[in-house]
Amino acid sequence: MAKISRWGLASAAAFALAGALAIAPVSQASAKTFKWANAGDVSSMDPYYRNETFLLAFLENIYEPLVRRDQKLGLEAALAVKWGQSSPTVWFFDLRQGVKFHDGTPFTADDVVFSLNRANSGGSNMKAYFASVKEIRKAGDFRVEVETKYPDPLLASKWAAILIMSKAWAEKNNAQVASDATKNEENFATRNAMGTGAFVLRERKAGEKTILVKNPNWWDKPTHNLTEVIFTPVANAATRVAALKAGDIDMMYEVPPQDTDNLKRDANINVIEGPETRVVYLGFDQERDELLESNIKGKNPFKDKRVREAFYRSIDVEAIKRTVMRGQSFPTALMVAPGINGYVKELDKRPTLLKPEEAKKLLADAGYPQGFEVGFDCPNDRYVNDEKICQAVVGMLARIGIKVNLLAQTRSKYFTKILRKSDFKPGETSFYMLGWSPAATYDVHNVFEALIQTPSAASKKGQFNVSGYSNKAVDELADKMEAETDVAKRNAMILEATKLYTQDYAYIPLHQQAVVWAARKNVSLHQPADNRFPLRFVTLK
Amino acid sequence: MALIDSFRRAADSDIWHSFRASPMTMAAAAVTLFIVLAAFLAPLIALQNPFDPANLNLSDAMRPPMFFGGEWSFPMGSDDQGRDLYSAILYGTRLSLEVGLAVVFFSMILGIGLGLVAGYVGGTLDAIIMRIADVQLTFPAILIALLIDGVVRGVISVKRHEEIAVFVIVASISLAFWVQYARTVRGSVMVERNKEYVQAARVIGLPRWLIMFRHVLPNVMGPVLVIATINLGLAIITEATLSFLGVGLPSTQPSLGTLIRIGNEYLNSGEWWITIFPGLTLAALVLAVNLLGDWLRDALNPKLR
Repeated sequence: MAKISRWGLASAAAFALAGALAIAPVSQASAKTFKWANAGDVSSMDPYYRNETFLLAFLENIYEPLVRRDQKLGLEAALAVKWGQSSPTVWFFDLRQGVKFHDGTPFTADDVVFSLNRANSGGSNMKAYFASVKEIRKAGDFRVEVETKYPDPLLASKWAAILIMSKAWAEKNNAQVASDATKNEENFATRNAMGTGAFVLRERKAGEKTILVKNPNWWDKPTHNLTEVIFTPVANAATRVAALKAGDIDMMYEVPPQDTDNLKRDANINVIEGPETRVVYLGFDQERDELLESNIKGKNPFKDKRVREAFYRSIDVEAIKRTVMRGQSFPTALMVAPGINGYVKELDKRPTLLKPEEAKKLLADAGYPQGFEVGFDCPNDRYVNDEKICQAVVGMLARIGIKVNLLAQTRSKYFTKILRKSDFKPGETSFYMLGWSPAATYDVHNVFEALIQTPSAASKKGQFNVSGYSNKAVDELADKMEAETDVAKRNAMILEATKLYTQDYAYIPLHQQAVVWAARKNVSLHQPADNRFPLRFVTLK
Repeated sequence: MALIDSFRRAADSDIWHSFRASPMTMAAAAVTLFIVLAAFLAPLIALQNPFDPANLNLSDAMRPPMFFGGEWSFPMGSDDQGRDLYSAILYGTRLSLEVGLAVVFFSMILGIGLGLVAGYVGGTLDAIIMRIADVQLTFPAILIALLIDGVVRGVISVKRHEEIAVFVIVASISLAFWVQYARTVRGSVMVERNKEYVQAARVIGLPRWLIMFRHVLPNVMGPVLVIATINLGLAIITEATLSFLGVGLPSTQPSLGTLIRIGNEYLNSGEWWITIFPGLTLAALVLAVNLLGDWLRDALNPKLR
C-alpha cells in the first residue's frame, strides 16, 4: 500500500507540474505564433535572386509590390494607389503616401526607381519582366513614370512580381546590385531584408529556420492575427507529416500525395486542396551542337524532332498520375494551365503513346538505332514528388533504349546548374524538369516570353527557355501578341503559336499538380491557385 | 587424405564441440548461411533485375505483398517505382554483404599492418600511429564515415559519385574501423615479441618484416578473427545507416539501407512492406552474424572453457 500511495503522490506531483507548464503559455495574453514547414528552404531573402514562386511568395510577406494580387488573383493597390497608361508607351504609378519601411525610413519614388533598376540589372533573375521597358523615371516624390519601347498593356500585372526594397538600406549595406544566383553570389540582402510588408524579418538561419514578426506600423489594416511566424524547412515528408500530427507545426505546404488520405482521417487536421496553375514539364537542350552529358559526340540528338517525339510519346503521364501522384495531377499537352488567359482547350490533347518498338524505330530513323545515354537534371524538393516522377521517366525511357543518368538534387543547387546565366548563356544541362506558372500576369504571353521565345540578352526574352528552343515564326507571333489589344486577333495568334510549339515537340508538358496543403484545425488561411501562401490571410484561433 | 584428416581434426576440435553444444549458435549459423546463399544466388532466384530501369513498370508500383491482397509475381509487394521487393531485397542483401566483407577485409589489412608495425617497431612510430588511433576513437565511426563521404562528394561530381558510390562507402567505413584491429594487434604483438621464438628468429638473423608477418602475425590472429566477425555486422549496419541517411548507395542500386529509406516515406500512408521487409532482413542478418561473433569470442577464450 505504501508503495502505491508513493507512486500516486509522485504522479499527482507530475500532473501538477505538467498543468503548470501547460498554463504558462496561455497566460502570455494574445501571442499568436504560427509555425509552418516546407520540403525546401527559401533560397534567399533577396527578392530578385530567383524568379521562383516559393521565394517570391515568401518574400511578399516582408516586401511589397506596387500592385498586388487579391484573394481572387485580381490586381489591387499596394504601394501604388493609382496606375495606368498616360499614352500607349508611357505608364504611370501614383504611390501611396505615409508608408514607412520596417526601419522607419519613409517610402518614396526614389525607392521604386531604385528597386526597378536593381531588378533589371546585375545578377537579377527578374529581367524578363523588363523586356518592353525603355526608361524608368521619377516624376515627383510619389509618382513614377515608365516609358516602354512599344505599347505594353501587361506591364502593371507583370510587375506584381517585383517587390520594392529600401534604397537607403541597400546603399548603406552595399547591396545595391542583385547577387547572381548562377554564380552563387551573396550580399547583405541575401540574409537580411528591409521592406514595407506586413511582417518584419527577425531572424534568418539559412537551411534551419526563418522567423518573422508582425509589422506594427503596417499601412494596411491587418487581416491576420499573427504576432510571430516561424518557418522551418523539413526535407523528409514523413517527418513533416508526423510534426503536423503532433502539433509541432501548424501548417505544412505541399503535402505529398501518398499522405493526403492519412491526414484527411486526422480529426485535428484540415487538408486544403485545389488545382494549380503551374505546368510541370521536361525540356531538352536544343541549343548546343553537342550535348554536355551524353555519349553522342559531334551532334545533338535533341535537334532532331524525331528524337523529341520518341521521348515525348514514350512518357506515360497517366501512369505517373495513377501511381506517383495518386490521382492528384492533371495531365496536359500545353505549357499553360486552364484558368490562364490564352489556354487553348482544343489543343490540350497529348498524342497517343508509342509502343517501345515504334519509339525505337523513330530513334533508329534519326540515326540512333542503339539509343543513347543522356544526363537528366531534377530537383528533389521543388515540385510534388519531383524526384519520383524523374525516376519513373528513367524507367520509361530505358524501355526504348535510352540510358538516362538521373541527378536529383536540392532546389538551390539544381537551379544554379540548369538555369541560364545572368548574361543569358545556357545552363549546364541536357535534359531537365522544370515547372512554370505565369504567376505575374496570368496570361499565356508570359509563358511564350519566358519559356518559348529564342533566348536573347538584348531582347530579354527567353530567360527561362533553358532548352534554347528557337522558332522564328513563334517569336514573331509572341512579340505581336504582347502589344495586341484586339481580343479576337490576339486569340488567333495564340492559337497559331501554340500549334507551332506543340507540333515541334518543343517541350514535354507532364501535368498540373494539385496544390495540397494541410493545417491544424485552428488555422484558417486562403489558398490561391498559384500556390502562393500569403501570411496576411492567416488567422489562428 | 590430407583433406579428410583436416576434417577429422576439425570435427574433433574444441571449437566444433562448443558449436554443437550451442543450439543458438547453430541457428545463427543456419540463418547466416541461408541469407548468404540467397544473396549469392540472387541472379538465379530473383524475379527481375531491380538495377535495370527497363525492367521497372510504373503500373506495378505499390503492389501489396502476398496474403495482403497481392500476387505471386510480387511476393513481398513492390515499391514506388514498381520494383519487386523480393528481388530488390536479394540484390540489396548482396550489396550489403559485399560492402560489409570488403570493409572487414580492408580495415583488417590496414589495422593489422599498422598494429604490427606499431607494436613491433615501437618508439616514435608507435606513438604517432597510436595517437592517430586515439584521436579517431574519440569520434563515432559513423561520423568519420560521414565526414569522408562528404569530402569525396565535395571533390567529385555527383554523377561520378554515383558510379563509384560503393567504393567510396567501403573506403569511408574501412577508414573508420581500422583502429580496433590496430590496437588489438599492437597489444598482442607487444606480448609476443619478447617470447623466445621471436628472440630465436632474431638471433638467426631473419629480417624484421619476415619475423613480423611469418612468426608474430599467426600468433595474434585469434582475437583479430573475433573482431572481424563482430565488425562484419557493424559494417553492414553502418552502411545501412549511411544509406538510410541518403549518403550511402543511390536509389538506382539500392542496398538494404536505401530500401528502408525509400520505404520510410510511405510508412504513414499504409505501405508498410517497403520498409518492413528490408528491415527484417537487415535485422536477421546482423543478429545472426553477431551471435556467431559472440560465440567465436567465447570459444577462442581459454578462460571460458
